[in-house]
Amino acid sequence: MTKYRINKTRFVDQTKTVSFTFDGKKYHGFEGDTLASALLSNGIHLVGRSFKYHRPRGIMSCGSEEPNAICQINDNTDLTEPNARATEIELYEGLKASSQNCWPSLNFDIGGINNLIATFIPAGFYYKTFMWPKSFWKKIYEPLIRLSAGLGKSPTQPDPDIYDHKHEHCDVLVIGGGISGIISAKIAAKNNLKTILIEDKNILGGSTIYQNNKNFIIDNQKSNEWLMNEISELEKLDNLIIKTRTSLAAFHSYNYLLAKENISDHLPLDKKNGSIRQRLWKIRADKVIVAAGAIERPLIFNNNDRPGIILANSVKKYLDFYGVSTGLNNIIFTNNDSAYETAVSLFEKGISVKIVDIRKKSSSNIVKNADDLGIKIYWNSTVVNTFGYKKIKSIEIMNLSEDGSNVTGNKHKIQCDCLSISGGWTPMVHMHTQSGGKLDFREIDQVFVPTEKSENHINVGSCNGDFELEEIVKNTNNKVKKFLNINEGGFDKISVFCSKESEKKNIWLLPNTISESKTKSFIDFQNDSTAKDIKLALREGFKSIEHVKRYTTTGMATDQGKLSNMHALGIIADTAGVKMGSLGTTTFRPPFTPLTFGAIVGRSVGKFFDIVRKTSIHEWHVQNNAKFENVGQWKRPWYYPINNENLHEAVQRESKAARDSAGILDASTLGKIDIQGSDASEFLNRVYTNAWLKLGIGKCRYGLMLNEDGMVYDDGVTTRLGENHYLMTTTTGGAANVLSKLEDYLQTEWPELDVYLTSVTDHYSTASICGPNSKKILKKLFPNKDFSDEAFPHMSYQDAIIDKIECRIMRISFTGELSYEINVESKYGKSLWENCIAAGEEYKITPYGTETMHLLRAEKGFIIVGQDTDGTMTPIDLQMDWIVSKKKYDFIGKRSLYRSDTMREDRKQLVGLLTDDPNEILEEGAQIVSELDKKPVEMIGHVTSSYFSPNLNKSIALAVVKGGKKMNGQKLFVPMENKNINVTVSDFIFLDKENKRINA
Amino acid sequence: MFVINCPYCGERDQSEFSCGGEAHIVRPKQPTELSDDEWAEYLFMRKNIKGVQFERWNHAHGCRKWFNMVRDTSNDKIHAVYKMGEKPPVI
Repeated sequence: MTKYRINKTRFVDQTKTVSFTFDGKKYHGFEGDTLASALLSNGIHLVGRSFKYHRPRGIMSCGSEEPNAICQINDNTDLTEPNARATEIELYEGLKASSQNCWPSLNFDIGGINNLIATFIPAGFYYKTFMWPKSFWKKIYEPLIRLSAGLGKSPTQPDPDIYDHKHEHCDVLVIGGGISGIISAKIAAKNNLKTILIEDKNILGGSTIYQNNKNFIIDNQKSNEWLMNEISELEKLDNLIIKTRTSLAAFHSYNYLLAKENISDHLPLDKKNGSIRQRLWKIRADKVIVAAGAIERPLIFNNNDRPGIILANSVKKYLDFYGVSTGLNNIIFTNNDSAYETAVSLFEKGISVKIVDIRKKSSSNIVKNADDLGIKIYWNSTVVNTFGYKKIKSIEIMNLSEDGSNVTGNKHKIQCDCLSISGGWTPMVHMHTQSGGKLDFREIDQVFVPTEKSENHINVGSCNGDFELEEIVKNTNNKVKKFLNINEGGFDKISVFCSKESEKKNIWLLPNTISESKTKSFIDFQNDSTAKDIKLALREGFKSIEHVKRYTTTGMATDQGKLSNMHALGIIADTAGVKMGSLGTTTFRPPFTPLTFGAIVGRSVGKFFDIVRKTSIHEWHVQNNAKFENVGQWKRPWYYPINNENLHEAVQRESKAARDSAGILDASTLGKIDIQGSDASEFLNRVYTNAWLKLGIGKCRYGLMLNEDGMVYDDGVTTRLGENHYLMTTTTGGAANVLSKLEDYLQTEWPELDVYLTSVTDHYSTASICGPNSKKILKKLFPNKDFSDEAFPHMSYQDAIIDKIECRIMRISFTGELSYEINVESKYGKSLWENCIAAGEEYKITPYGTETMHLLRAEKGFIIVGQDTDGTMTPIDLQMDWIVSKKKYDFIGKRSLYRSDTMREDRKQLVGLLTDDPNEILEEGAQIVSELDKKPVEMIGHVTSSYFSPNLNKSIALAVVKGGKKMNGQKLFVPMENKNINVTVSDFIFLDKENKRINA
Repeated sequence: MFVINCPYCGERDQSEFSCGGEAHIVRPKQPTELSDDEWAEYLFMRKNIKGVQFERWNHAHGCRKWFNMVRDTSNDKIHAVYKMGEKPPVI
């Protein structure tokens, strides 16, 4: 047992030793310890350096509010975790922890020089200093700032841990396993409500579980003993799920809550293996009872940040829960009664203790108790300074003036090795406000408390501003009964005896003899912002609390200002001379404590990150060495390299083959919508720009679909299969959106139309065969079919049978070549494809991918929606006037084509571009200019598609250029990083303008 | 995340739905008769109010039906849901 482990408690098993390392040195603690309590039991207070001034900092609290003791856990590249709070890490065998933000070591930190030059780096220092000279920003300032930014180190390897998500529904969710949470959960569960109780610590009981003081009695037992019995009864209840090590992350609307359960973080490394690390619970609760408790406030005075300065209740918890003394010569500095419990507890363990209280007196039982024990109390006094660089050694105190605004009399120096501070309590209203709840300010003890309005959640216990034991127990019982509409709470006749505080006093910034500019009174310990920073911000004209927060960075560290926000508000209110309640608070956003990315993502990693869609022919592509491209969720063959060909070489070969003999493309991914109903023709007539009423059965037609704003939305070929039956194809990426859009119009604007839509994209596989020899291949595949132009003309469809399999053959073309698309049910896709390959062998049929498809269609000047259009192109801009019906009275987007803006002649319009050097290939996305010397350079357009055409033996490109329609033959420039490329505007149909090949 | 009472399926999580913006904007029957300003009013102008708003919602990952919903945008309270074509309730 170490010098500081002075007490045996039931919460720490002192028979089970656990070894761990801190900054490489080995120490021992016990099972039940946190890293913080184990370090303190070894006499270690100094655990980190502050962010800005690199001041030595020690453990300050015992919970999630901890601003200083944030450590790096583990040192391997995949599991290491920065900014872990030592106060929340349960000790396990082999734990490796290290301090952060110090170099070369915690004890000797070069960055400590910032502390000496602190006067020169106040709030806003960065904003003011790094403004000039401008050229310094990129090379000097930014790298410097990046070097000093952040605290710990991120892992550099993927996270090997497994994370889980779980959805849960319940009647009542109780947040917090302290005394009020336990009472609430018991009332709910006993009344047959499915109840979940979550608690972020590993055991229930909150701060009452170690209260152990004769001034706090429930039903004739000490409060801790009474609560212990309640917990053991609670564990017997059937319809209650108790989740410890589970912290609430977010409280969203409609009682939807996220909670993170730590499953294996506390286990030794050898026992963790394979188990889930954390689970994110997604809970929908009918009713929520928030019993989140309160956090003790620090006091703000000069040099209030030294190691050994600890919140008073935390000192008590280390002593009575972990059995660890934070010092052997303790001084308590307080403005309220709660710290006297700590004093009594310390005294009872034989530790020297004195009290400094800013109040003039207090008449409560607990204070009388302390007084009776002979504990020295300095009334009406304040600490004005502290001494000791790496650990507190002594303090100076002075008397307060009558109104508390100043100090009087002589300084009095007292030796100590621990200073326990208590500035009162802040109710944890975060959950309440996250769910949309509002707050009221209570003047008497300067706290924000929840305004109860919601029918779906209540706050009980100290998070509701009930701080005294009797209030907590009785109000919780009454509120929960009313909230859950229950007559008998089970705690109706309870008797509670407790010490009551009647004298209250609070001073946000304690006065001093020396001027404020020379003090270091820390408010936000983690981000090193002080009272003078707040005042500076106010002097510089910041008024809103949100602005002051951002300018000074108060409350913006990993602890999110749990200890600092109220003091910042208080000092702003006092300085500006306004009421604190009128200032409001900053917004408390989720998560309450940091969440790991792993918990957020859950199992959606690796191959589960997104759905992968493959066509039924996919395996063939893989076997034939296809390189794939992602198109939406689809994997599409991009190109099929042979003998180490690169993309360019493969595409040149594939596209030449398609024009010279035959090519085959897997077109199964195109969106397909089956349209049926007596008004199907009328419907198509309204959604496409061209006319559809006279399309014959068995015919195909290309259609262009606009948004109501006149911009091109999608395109594709639609086939009339029967009198009232069409098959529409859409772009691969647009399929889902087109279906949604069509459903929207049918359901909302034209409900009178008799039309039914079914997505059949996955139902059919499509092999598209093109090229001058395609007809011969089709004849081989379908020997009984007449493929003459008269019997089977371009833009028509016929049913056919292959291997007893029914299929549809569409004679349509996206390449400009003679071309057939064969559709079969998906399950026959691969067999069809293999038949086609076999039949085409004598013609050297060449499978081609999306890249060749893009090239072939670009040679013909066919657009790809989404590549050559971007949601700002009308069909007129695309020079597709031919497809826009002049006769139809209306179609989606028609009226917008006559808006003054869409009729402008200087809109970007689709053109062809030819490079003066036919071997120069433009970059897609490159900007186009007409005058190189004009300043600023005016961008008049950009390249949308660009390829080297092996069939034309030159580079071709599509582009959109302002007023491009009238620029045919004009010379333009494409400026690149190292050169300007000379181009000439051309027709965008580069090949076979007369469409002879389609019937070749 | 809201719980939305789909008029066809009942209560479901918001994640199953998509919002289609302001409700009761009827597509003009004779667009060609409208001036640019009148057409722009239909096409672009939305109220986007803080408070009670009438919205279109689609049960996209469910029955795929469109319906209308009355929601207070300031606190996300849902006052009513009703089918397309039904008269909006008075809130």
